[in-house]
Amino acid sequence: MANLLEERMQQSFINHVDENLLMDCMRCGFCLPACPTYLITDQDEVHSPRGRIALMKAVRDGEVKWDGSVEEAFDVCLGCRACEPACPAGVQYGTLLEETRYAVQQAKPIGLSEKLTRKVAFDGLFANQQIMQGTVKLIQFYQTTGIQKVARKIGFMELFPKTLRDMEKVLPKITSKKQSSSPSNPKIKVAFFTGCLMDTMFQQTNQRTIELLESLGAEVVVPKGQACCGALHGHSGEIPKAKRNALQNIEAFQHTDYSYIVQNAGGCGAFLSEYGKLLATDEAKRFSEKLIDISSLLVQLGLTDKMARHQVPVEGIVTYQDSCHLRNVNKVWLEPRALLQASPGWEFKEMPNASGCCGSAGIYNILQPEIASQLLEQKMKGVRTVRPARIVTTNPGCLLQMKVGIEREGLTDEMEAVHIVDFVYESIFQTTKGV
Amino acid sequence: MEWLQELQGIVGEPNVKTSRAQLAAYSYDATAGFQSAPDAVVSPASTEEIAEIMKLCGRFKKPLVPRGSGTNLAAGTVPTQGGIVLLFNRMNKILELDMANLCVTVQPGVITADLATFVESNGLFYPPDPSSMKISTIGGNVSENSGGLRGLKYGVTKDYVMALTAVLPNGQTIQTGGKLAKDVAGYDLKSLLVGAEGTLGVVTEITLKLIPLPRTQKTGIAYFTSLEAAGATVSEIIAAKIIPATLEFMDRGTMDAVEQFMNLGLPEDAEAMLLMEQDGDEDAVERDVNQMIALARANGATLTAVARSTEEAQRLKAGRRAALSALSRKRPTTILEDATVPRSELAKMVRAIEQIAKRNQVEIHTFGHAGDGNLHPTCLTDSRDLEEMARVEQAFAEIFEAAIDLGGTITGEHGVGEMKSPYLEWKIGPQGIELMKVLKQAIDPDNICNPGKLFAKSTKPRVVLHYG
Repeated sequence: MANLLEERMQQSFINHVDENLLMDCMRCGFCLPACPTYLITDQDEVHSPRGRIALMKAVRDGEVKWDGSVEEAFDVCLGCRACEPACPAGVQYGTLLEETRYAVQQAKPIGLSEKLTRKVAFDGLFANQQIMQGTVKLIQFYQTTGIQKVARKIGFMELFPKTLRDMEKVLPKITSKKQSSSPSNPKIKVAFFTGCLMDTMFQQTNQRTIELLESLGAEVVVPKGQACCGALHGHSGEIPKAKRNALQNIEAFQHTDYSYIVQNAGGCGAFLSEYGKLLATDEAKRFSEKLIDISSLLVQLGLTDKMARHQVPVEGIVTYQDSCHLRNVNKVWLEPRALLQASPGWEFKEMPNASGCCGSAGIYNILQPEIASQLLEQKMKGVRTVRPARIVTTNPGCLLQMKVGIEREGLTDEMEAVHIVDFVYESIFQTTKGV
Repeated sequence: MEWLQELQGIVGEPNVKTSRAQLAAYSYDATAGFQSAPDAVVSPASTEEIAEIMKLCGRFKKPLVPRGSGTNLAAGTVPTQGGIVLLFNRMNKILELDMANLCVTVQPGVITADLATFVESNGLFYPPDPSSMKISTIGGNVSENSGGLRGLKYGVTKDYVMALTAVLPNGQTIQTGGKLAKDVAGYDLKSLLVGAEGTLGVVTEITLKLIPLPRTQKTGIAYFTSLEAAGATVSEIIAAKIIPATLEFMDRGTMDAVEQFMNLGLPEDAEAMLLMEQDGDEDAVERDVNQMIALARANGATLTAVARSTEEAQRLKAGRRAALSALSRKRPTTILEDATVPRSELAKMVRAIEQIAKRNQVEIHTFGHAGDGNLHPTCLTDSRDLEEMARVEQAFAEIFEAAIDLGGTITGEHGVGEMKSPYLEWKIGPQGIELMKVLKQAIDPDNICNPGKLFAKSTKPRVVLHYG
């Protein structure tokens, strides 16, 4: 049996992992200091981008036979893609990881999805619920939502036990957006990608996103028929399903005339911006080119200048946790910081290693709880040196992870983790009563 | 497997790696075309544990291959004969900063850039700056005698090593050198171990000399329409008794690749670029940079600039910094060499490389450290194309020959490793090889320490170059 699996795996890698992309790696090792899992595992080459690429190639070439240790190497990767900006040779690591996970998924007797669902159901929910007993509802909600996210995105709801299906039902349903006070003479028209998680758990953040944009003279449309971006599918080796969602979104956004497609979740944004690469069609490329993240759009519409005019006494310290994908894939890190620096009533302080992954990484914190916890612990050490009243993030996964971090460290009286839209909204409308 | 059990007994089971994935992950370094898995990968925590591992390797005749971060460019850290790969990830502490003697004592696993940042925060300076310094280890730098951009003015790693602790192949531990500017007691064993590429023992503790941190630095740049004009400028800068902190070079092909990759607006007619940096006291720095720019102009530089701010300096440096990135994107395989010549021969060497590339129909572009004649002819190829690889090998053989002809060497800072071992005799002659073999035999009679490196099974027949 084992030999059959080894052969099937090699064939699957030959079929699905692009040799030319593997060849781009010249093994210089410049990615190593950028990789959170390499650093947290005491510099284990297996858990480095260079090591994983070498393993992808070795499996493909038949030099290394598939086994649990090889599988683990790919599972432990956060997919944060911090290696990409560090790479002198422009290796497309994100693509290679997706191809690898797809190849594994295709060749494994038990599908990755099933393993994932089991992991979420048994390890994630039940184990953690016991551990977490007595902590606030937030964490339970977090987990349930995590389950919901996985379930809805991957479409394996039928594999969940009944209790989970019941939980799924009690979570808020997606509601259609009301068009609020659209400016009469808009200076720009944008389409809003609402995101599946943002649109349920963070509905208020989405509503405020629209309000902020409208207050800056933008007309915001929310095209109907949007689907989840497909990132979680793509990252878990479910490429065809990711493509299906991508096609649906491209369809949903093609009939409106607008300057940008704006989104407020770093993880989704990165995946949406790579539709062009995923589908390699002109429509997909056009879609990706129109994407912008909310921070960049707010800065472009002049919000930082407007806020800077409101001088109020500083009431607290705010710090920023980068969304890995917003930073490493979309190369956006200045704009969120510019917004925080300009926010009336706040002093912005950079925390150590703000660009390092917090360990959330989609559902990584459920699949690899040990490493995720170590990363979070390290992250919170950095937070403690700044002692902020707010930790601002630009992605729901990071936001929840930072909330968990604050909770675990017993810092709930001192600080709060918030989405950048909520932070900016509150600092404008609650400190200075509007711009 | 008795040896494995003993190994686990020495360092503890969690510190020995033997899974398929782990053995594969330590089967390579940054050298194209070399890969070979070890039998085990071990992470000791002390000199004593390394001594025990060494004795074990002696008894079981297991090769021992010390490895820092695996950025070697000559296959020096590939376990090509199997055996045990020795890691320093648990020996990565800065042990002592001695302000009275201006030195720092470290374990081999300390990352070069971390050490540089640490000493600079104390107003001190550790100048060797290999391009891989963000991830390379001090132990690796010592064993390879690594260079960097500042070699001309500040020297290389060996110029900063004051003392070493090392475990010898017989399992004994020696301490050599000291916190001393002068020390002539016996053979300079410290210098023998620096750059020995792990073939004579394992370095386990290092004391490094530090110097005061220069107060300011300034950057200038010059573009030339001829290679020879750039070469003449380098010679005249040195003749004018200016020793710049860095003096970097890019040829036409490298600039083309950079321009394609970054759109910096580099001048289209330029055949060569020189990037100059001086550090020190403000007045002297100002004077030196201005004089270097004046010399460049006198030699026909078509475009020159001096940075007025740190940001401007970063912009001037952007092209040179991106050289390897830009080149490596052109073809699947990138082979970075480091043939080195006396600085007066720079232009001749770059011309020779151009001709050799043309003759062998391979793509080679050159950048590097003009001030110390350390060039990086970089070949862009595809390791899957065996016919092309044969031409690449021929071209590099000719490049080594040309460098030696001009009074240079086959490697300035990357080391010989296994990759360049067939060419070592070209540089040091049969007598040199003989003496090295005697030394190796005396110190490591069973060939335990990094076997297969430095010494080739057979030397390549020398190529005859026809110029013109």
